[in-house]
Amino acid sequence: MASLTPQVSTQVTTQVTPGTVPARGGGRPRRPRVWRGVVLLLAAVYFLVPLIASFVFTVKAPGRGFSLDAYGQIFSAEGFGGSLLLSLGLGLATIALVLLLTLPAVVAVRLGAPRLRPVLEVVCTLPLVVPPITFVAGISTVLRWGPDYLASTPFYQTIIALQNPGFPVVLVLAYVVLALPFAYRSLDAGLGAIDVRTLTEAARNLGASWPHVLLRVIIPNMRSAMASASFLTLALVLGEFTIARLLSFETFPNWIYRISGSQAQVSVAVSVFSLLITWLLLLALSSAGARQRSGS
Amino acid sequence: MRDSRTRSKGRWAAAPLLVFAVIVFGVPMLVLLGGTFTKEGTLSTANLTESLQGAYLTALVGSVKISALVAVLGGVLGTFLAQAVVTSRFRALREAVLTASGVLANFGGVPLAFAWIATLGNSGVVTTTLGLGQHGWNLYNFWGLTLVYLYFSIPLQVLTVVPALDGLRPQWREAAQNNGASTWQFWRYVGIPVLTPALLGGVVLLFGGAFSAYATAQAMVGSTVPLVTLKIADALTGNVLIGHENVALALSLDMIVVAGLVMAVYLPLQRRSARWLR
Repeated sequence: MASLTPQVSTQVTTQVTPGTVPARGGGRPRRPRVWRGVVLLLAAVYFLVPLIASFVFTVKAPGRGFSLDAYGQIFSAEGFGGSLLLSLGLGLATIALVLLLTLPAVVAVRLGAPRLRPVLEVVCTLPLVVPPITFVAGISTVLRWGPDYLASTPFYQTIIALQNPGFPVVLVLAYVVLALPFAYRSLDAGLGAIDVRTLTEAARNLGASWPHVLLRVIIPNMRSAMASASFLTLALVLGEFTIARLLSFETFPNWIYRISGSQAQVSVAVSVFSLLITWLLLLALSSAGARQRSGS
Repeated sequence: MRDSRTRSKGRWAAAPLLVFAVIVFGVPMLVLLGGTFTKEGTLSTANLTESLQGAYLTALVGSVKISALVAVLGGVLGTFLAQAVVTSRFRALREAVLTASGVLANFGGVPLAFAWIATLGNSGVVTTTLGLGQHGWNLYNFWGLTLVYLYFSIPLQVLTVVPALDGLRPQWREAAQNNGASTWQFWRYVGIPVLTPALLGGVVLLFGGAFSAYATAQAMVGSTVPLVTLKIADALTGNVLIGHENVALALSLDMIVVAGLVMAVYLPLQRRSARWLR
């Protein structure tokens, strides 16, 4: 349809103003293509030059020409493995918790409690309005209260445990809040694409219990939505800097930031590397979506 | 399905999420609010007043300025790019640009700053190749930061407006042309009005993204560009006078109010867009 339209409109122009067409010499149909070419060219320059330049920066050793040393040094750099593992662990824990919380809520709102939908919408939109840095300002104030007011209560131990540097649970909690909007949207969209009510009623009539319905009927039908929620969450956690830095935990982005002072080339190499990881994650995401579409 | 048992069960299943949100999101926000209006143990608006004066006010205004500039520039440029892609006859180009936009819109934070430093920083590849340093080029200022913020803002705008541009039916254009409308008239009286909510929605998103950006600014300019996020981080890490710690909370509240106001402009508009674009 879209590809036919330009021809149609050219014809119309010819009929309406027959006298002017020869004078323009067919310039009118071609003009849109010129601006389109200019726009696309400028965009290509703007978006590709930094990527190419970053790569050149990492492989151009002063006085030695081409070398991939910087990429080799990533893996041997101090703190690389630890911070990457920490970020991946936080990512997995966040995915598990966000799915565990959001999925039952989304199903419940669709099936049994539609009046809760506005509440859920608000709860899952607020984290988008509130900038992460203000969120962490609140969190760090709460955590500072620990020693000040709660020293003699059991809450104090909880607050200490939340900030265990080996695995800071407080970051998982904060990241779940940040991931809620994305998880909610993709799960809600995934649920909208299947006929939940019929599926659930059929399963219930056949004697399935509610947990059974959720685990064996709804979840298998939502695989692609859950995958997309998980990928978005993982990308978010792997790139999150603000909260981890202000609570002083060395996650992967914080490690990149720390080494940039002493090893500029390595830090740019990791940046290029992390862009590639995001790219792969999103490609996996879109191909999973495409498979789902062709399957249904 | 509609018996009361199912309903009560339904509410019960949504409860963990709501309880979680109240505790993990609600408590820090309440503390933020409480801390803003407390100074040395007593109720006062001193923090709020201080956060709207001197260097803090400069930072807040600086953040609003750069976010507004990025939102408008990114909105316009992103829309042109989206239109170029939507009207293109090459299916592959469209797919490629949309996938790339998905990736680049998420390419923020520290890695983005380093990629640009490697490109146009003082010893960046493009800077040294073209000898920009001698012409007074400097990436570490307001305009440099704008250039970098646009790198994730333009793709975000593309992702936001492509569905709206797809919803602009060819028949409307043909109808306008049959009635003798010029291209300009078509856009002025049909295209832009239908697209306005989507465009503004994108601009609001871009504003929010640039306004709350911290990692890129911290990694790139440190504190040479006054931004409210950098000031909050400074104050939180103890870089303030004793007794003024709560200014960070007051600044945070200022930020939330600004972001909330911008969102409030957008919500009524979004309702209007649903009427035409479905």
